[in-house]
Amino acid sequence: MESASRDNAKALAEQLPPLTPNAAAIEADRCLYCYDAPCTHACPTHIDIPRFIKKIASHNLRGSADTIFASNLLGGTCARVCPVQELCEGACVLGADHKPIAIGRLQRYAMDYARANQSYPTVKTAPTGRSIAVIGAGPAGLSCAGQLALLGHAVTILEKRDKPGGLSTYGIIALREPVEIAIEETRMIEALGVQIKTGIEFGKDVSLSALQQDFDAVVLSVGLGQTPGLAIEDEEAIIDGLEFIESSKTAPASLHVGRSVIVIGAGNTAVDCATIARRLGAERVTMVYRRTDREMSCYRHEYEFARKEGIEFRFLTQPARVVLESNRPVGLECLRVELGAPDASGRPMPMPVEGSEFFLPANQIVKAIGQNKLALAAQLRLETAKGFIAVDQNFQTSIAGVYAVGDCIRSSGAASTVTAVEDGKLAAAAIHQQFVHTPTSVEVS
Amino acid sequence: MADLRINFAGIQSPNPFWLASAPPTNSGAQIHRAFEAGWGGAVWKTIGAPVLNVSNRYGAWHYGRQRMLAINNVELISDRPLEINLREIAEVKRAWPDRAVIVSAMVEAKSQAWREIVERIEDTGADGIELNYGCPHGMSERGMGAAVGQVPEYCERITRWVMEAATIPVIMKLTPNITNIVLPARAGVASGANALSLINTVNSIIGVDLDTLELTPSIGGKGGHGGYAGPAVKPIALNMLAALGTDEIVSKSGIPISGMGGISTWQDAAQFLLLGAGSLQVCTAVMHYGFRIIEDLCDGLSNWMDEKDFKTIADVCGHSLHRVSEFKDLDLSYRAVARIDAQKCIKCNLCYVACNDTAHQCIDLVSAQGTLVQPYSYDVRSNGKHDAVETRPQPQVREEDCVGCRLCYNVCPVDNCIEMVELPSGRSEVTWSELSENQTEVTEDWETMKAYREKVGIHIH
Repeated sequence: MESASRDNAKALAEQLPPLTPNAAAIEADRCLYCYDAPCTHACPTHIDIPRFIKKIASHNLRGSADTIFASNLLGGTCARVCPVQELCEGACVLGADHKPIAIGRLQRYAMDYARANQSYPTVKTAPTGRSIAVIGAGPAGLSCAGQLALLGHAVTILEKRDKPGGLSTYGIIALREPVEIAIEETRMIEALGVQIKTGIEFGKDVSLSALQQDFDAVVLSVGLGQTPGLAIEDEEAIIDGLEFIESSKTAPASLHVGRSVIVIGAGNTAVDCATIARRLGAERVTMVYRRTDREMSCYRHEYEFARKEGIEFRFLTQPARVVLESNRPVGLECLRVELGAPDASGRPMPMPVEGSEFFLPANQIVKAIGQNKLALAAQLRLETAKGFIAVDQNFQTSIAGVYAVGDCIRSSGAASTVTAVEDGKLAAAAIHQQFVHTPTSVEVS
Repeated sequence: MADLRINFAGIQSPNPFWLASAPPTNSGAQIHRAFEAGWGGAVWKTIGAPVLNVSNRYGAWHYGRQRMLAINNVELISDRPLEINLREIAEVKRAWPDRAVIVSAMVEAKSQAWREIVERIEDTGADGIELNYGCPHGMSERGMGAAVGQVPEYCERITRWVMEAATIPVIMKLTPNITNIVLPARAGVASGANALSLINTVNSIIGVDLDTLELTPSIGGKGGHGGYAGPAVKPIALNMLAALGTDEIVSKSGIPISGMGGISTWQDAAQFLLLGAGSLQVCTAVMHYGFRIIEDLCDGLSNWMDEKDFKTIADVCGHSLHRVSEFKDLDLSYRAVARIDAQKCIKCNLCYVACNDTAHQCIDLVSAQGTLVQPYSYDVRSNGKHDAVETRPQPQVREEDCVGCRLCYNVCPVDNCIEMVELPSGRSEVTWSELSENQTEVTEDWETMKAYREKVGIHIH
């Protein structure tokens, strides 16, 4: 078992090695130092990328890390999980006829230095006497809490899980971000004076009204819920994709992977699940998707990565029934699909062809078809937008003093770690502004 | 195919490329290998007075990824016994009769010492002698090298001693560590030297180690100025070469000049030839990449000469010298403006920031809709490559305000993206010389200058 643990952990170890000092220097020197650089514009947190890269080139790694932290406290996570092809690197001026700067890996180089040397931001402001409760220790909550702490506010994060970090800890495959990186980042936020209380579930262990009494503001960064149901026969035999990823991170040794695995869905999480299965020894991994490669929601580079991993794709295929033998799955009965007119999502409507049943063998089936919105909004009677918590320009919900950030408000645009981090940062600034404009109720002796 | 052979002051060589007197020419074995690689000649590392060397003798100036943009050294002249050097020189010359073998020499400033060294060199069968009046470190403290080169009278006196003794061509090598390079060159002409060569290395300190706070390189905790050479000194060398080529006395004498100082590529070589060099010497590029670079030096030069229809090296020699001018003879009415090719532009905005911060504020950032855009003016919530790329404005020169300073042209990282375009200025050609001669007051009084500018339509930005 122990050796299986080692083997599984090794198979899922961080994919990209850190840049060597030499490689980092060569890459940093290649940066043109654009003015008002497009990479900075493309970064949702607008890190001054040319500046941090030039500081790597000048061997000012402390300054480089400071530059990143100034815009993004979770620079270590973002360096690893950001879809850089769609963001900074995708906008690099060198990409058009050559190769964009490896911004993500350079950022990781600076962030690895900060971690190794504990060169982290520190609070330089006097305490303001204001206190904020943040619900959820995922990227949005951590970013918001950290920024508020830097502004001198007292912040408490309430997290229902055992460990802080949210999706960084539980939902990003170790190939891209090992658990230790996510946990170390939460320690950095704690070192700013933020209290992180784990094992406390909002709505069960503590109510909003209690928090409203004790804190000057409440920030909801509660993320999203479970994977929706497929409403097919014997669905219980299907494994939830997020749980599959979670066990690959928290207990890789005990993660059982079938010889032949089907992953339902074609988003980034589905690719992650398929990758885990493949890396942990599945001989055949097939991703099953109702539409085609044109409509799939995973990033292009993720699709290409999956193909290189040897993952197979069955497009225009809709699961109809799990086929069990002695209560174990042996495959998936599917229907052929034809595409119709665009549906509400703007993509062609998948139309299963009657009588087109066919069988795909598999002894393990995983589904990764998005996440449900939480019922929380309804419980708190918050206004919603497409089922997500509705917020104004200042990230304030329909209840004054209650803010929301991250995936739980992402009614449009791509839900990603870096946008969650930016939400947290902008919300912190808005909350701070709000405080500045409202005199403190704390008595001054 | 172009004929690369040269006859330099009577020294024959199959191509114009010689190894300069330096570490690459320290021994017969090295020069054998260099000749096998195709070098046309070699100037043997200076022989003469006895010396001892130190460790950490080479420093270097790196910039970005470019290693050895320049090298600096405190190595002295050859530290091998004179007899061994002389024997090897004779062996090399016997083995390579078609190559130029020149011996660099430096001895005390005594006529007898110079006579002796000249005779011993001639006994080897060498093709020529180069007088090292340039070594800027160590030897100069002992009254040799640059201590001679910096005083034209000493140059002339010592060279006269040498010319009395020598029967083979003598090349006098100049130090650049002097205010006016023309004066020692004229001394060389006066003394009857057969040729000049330039430049020797430039005085320099490479830097200070920021951990130890010692000089770089550190020689047991100390350091000092050393001779600076390599690509970074090329423009200095070209200027000095052109100064000799345009000096009446030096140019009229017809004395040939061997050019050196940072030659690394055939393009560098061609430029030295165009400004009057009759042979070329190379050191730093060889110390960086080895003798093999001779192949492209010859090949590239030959292909370029074919393209330009130059048949021989002599045809190229000095071809651009007539273009060398003083400021007072430049046409003040010549007008050029920068133009950015939007197709080639990658929108790095380096031209914009350079112009806006440090030049004449005449580059605008223009949106696709044609409106002016301020830098960093995008919405903080805008992100992603599509937003960033699609809304990125295009730098555009306001030609009516452009003074044609050429800074943007120089900072642009894309070849041929910014072009300096000549535009009619609407003014007739006039030089500062002509102005000061014909309209003296314009050149002496600001008010009159202003009136003149208004009259002819010169706008200062």
